Amino acid sequence: MRPILMKGHERPLTFLRYNRDGDLLFSCAKDHTPNVWFADNGDRLGTYRGHNGAVWSCDVSRDSTRLITGSADQTAKLWDVQTGRELFTFRFDAPARSVEFAIGDGLAVITTDNFMENVPTAQVKRIAEDPDDQSEESLLVITGIKGRINRAVWGPLNRTIITAGEDATIRIWDTETGQCLKESDKEQGHQKTITSLSKSADWSHFLTGSLDKSAKLWDTRTLTLIKTYVTERPVNAVDISPLLDHILQEEIGGVKGHFGPINALAFNPDGRSFSSGGEDGYVRLHHFDSDYFNIKI
Amino acid sequence: MAVEVATQKIRWGELEEDDEGDLDFLLPPRVVSGPDENGFKKVVEYRFDDKGNKVKVTRTFRVRKIARARLSKSAIERRSWPKFGDAVQEDVGARLTMVSTEEIVLERPRAPGSKAEEPSASGDPLASKSGAVLMVCRTCGKKGDHWTSKCPYKDLAPQTEAFVDRPPTADGSGPPGGAVKGAYVPPSMRSGAVDRVGHDMRRRNDENSVRVTNLSEDTREPDLLELFRTFGPVSRVYVAVDQKTGASRGFGFVNFVHREDAEKAISKLNGYGYDNLILRVEWATPRPN
Repeated sequence: MRPILMKGHERPLTFLRYNRDGDLLFSCAKDHTPNVWFADNGDRLGTYRGHNGAVWSCDVSRDSTRLITGSADQTAKLWDVQTGRELFTFRFDAPARSVEFAIGDGLAVITTDNFMENVPTAQVKRIAEDPDDQSEESLLVITGIKGRINRAVWGPLNRTIITAGEDATIRIWDTETGQCLKESDKEQGHQKTITSLSKSADWSHFLTGSLDKSAKLWDTRTLTLIKTYVTERPVNAVDISPLLDHILQEEIGGVKGHFGPINALAFNPDGRSFSSGGEDGYVRLHHFDSDYFNIKI
Repeated sequence: MAVEVATQKIRWGELEEDDEGDLDFLLPPRVVSGPDENGFKKVVEYRFDDKGNKVKVTRTFRVRKIARARLSKSAIERRSWPKFGDAVQEDVGARLTMVSTEEIVLERPRAPGSKAEEPSASGDPLASKSGAVLMVCRTCGKKGDHWTSKCPYKDLAPQTEAFVDRPPTADGSGPPGGAVKGAYVPPSMRSGAVDRVGHDMRRRNDENSVRVTNLSEDTREPDLLELFRTFGPVSRVYVAVDQKTGASRGFGFVNFVHREDAEKAISKLNGYGYDNLILRVEWATPRPN
């Protein structure tokens, strides 16, 4: 395959996200401006100017109209996807790390780092239909986690929130009560910081990558360990193909090209392409060759 | 995406003197032709470069469908969205998006078809693989199952002649073959090889061995045996032969059972004329290793 190189960022990439239709790709980097690209040919559609710090993550609503970004400038912002207009700013007293819209886009979970005296939190915000009605009030604040939360995502039916981070523990929280329902087993779980977490297409299981040089596949409901994928190097980013069942525990291939570490990975929802974002500031968009789809294990 | 960028300079003398201000109206309009049936699209543009020279830029694109994307209605609508933010002022030359000139292949960590540990339970692994014939194990001769280095029978295979002269190491100290995954274990250190190559091999090679040099080219081992057996029982005769041409390389070795016989042979035959050549016979010095 001949990857498409997209040089829209001046600093290392931090996060990549496709919209649901898979035609737009959002990229976040340590420079302050997230970009949006057409996912088929790599043309840049626009930029979201307004943050004043590294942008750590983003999420796009199901209808691709709203974008939410979390930034080291201690804010999370809502954007209009089409025009790049800033709609709302959530202010925090610590950098915002992970953001995700809930099913239905009526809620969003935003995590804040442990910063100065602040403990890390995961906060649930209501996302108003009309940006004028938007408020900064948190519906729920999850605390009691030691170490930075690198990723917080919604569980099935918005009933739970799954967090993972520096303390190498995956936790499932009840969104009604804010209680911790489950914790990953110390023996089975990761030994070092969890860097990334990615859900399968149907949310039935999710994959975590950790600096302990492994990625682990978990059942979302029961938090049981399904598979462990051991690598030779720390895992920075993980994603699950929505198309093929690669629950094989066997490495089927490597893709080279970036200069330096790769910080972000995302599969196109159609499963036919994926993009990677590196420390080199490039996004590389890979459309799989046909032989990928014919791999026999 | 530009496959070829051809610039053609217009001689500066042909240009008007007063090239101040915006002269873009002087330029011929942009011409777009294609895409033709091969998907080639040609765009011819004219612009002024930094020095005021008129430059013709011909860019040839190959339009191809990269992904078979079944776009939803809203996705098609998004296609026509106007650019915003920094993407608006993006000039054509910025080339933010490029197709890699390098072909990136999905690197398989193992040869397709070879298994790390557990063999696939689903029947015969050979049947399903095309091109497996290329993979022939030199040790056990099995086709398409594994490479020679991965052969499970390699320790059982008889050692080839080439390995015999390797200095054997202390018995049993070497790691058993295949214990360290992927690490190279010399044949002499593999378990199974140790005993065979062992001490008696060393004695045969190094003890009471006499080197004979300046042999004529058509001297063969029986001739040498004929010559040396008169001094006592001979355990081995060897004439070095060039592997390519088959001709003698002019030296050989004779091993005697008794050291005294060897001494006698050296004293008698050194300087002996044999087949028009004067033989040189001496103790074979043990190899430095």
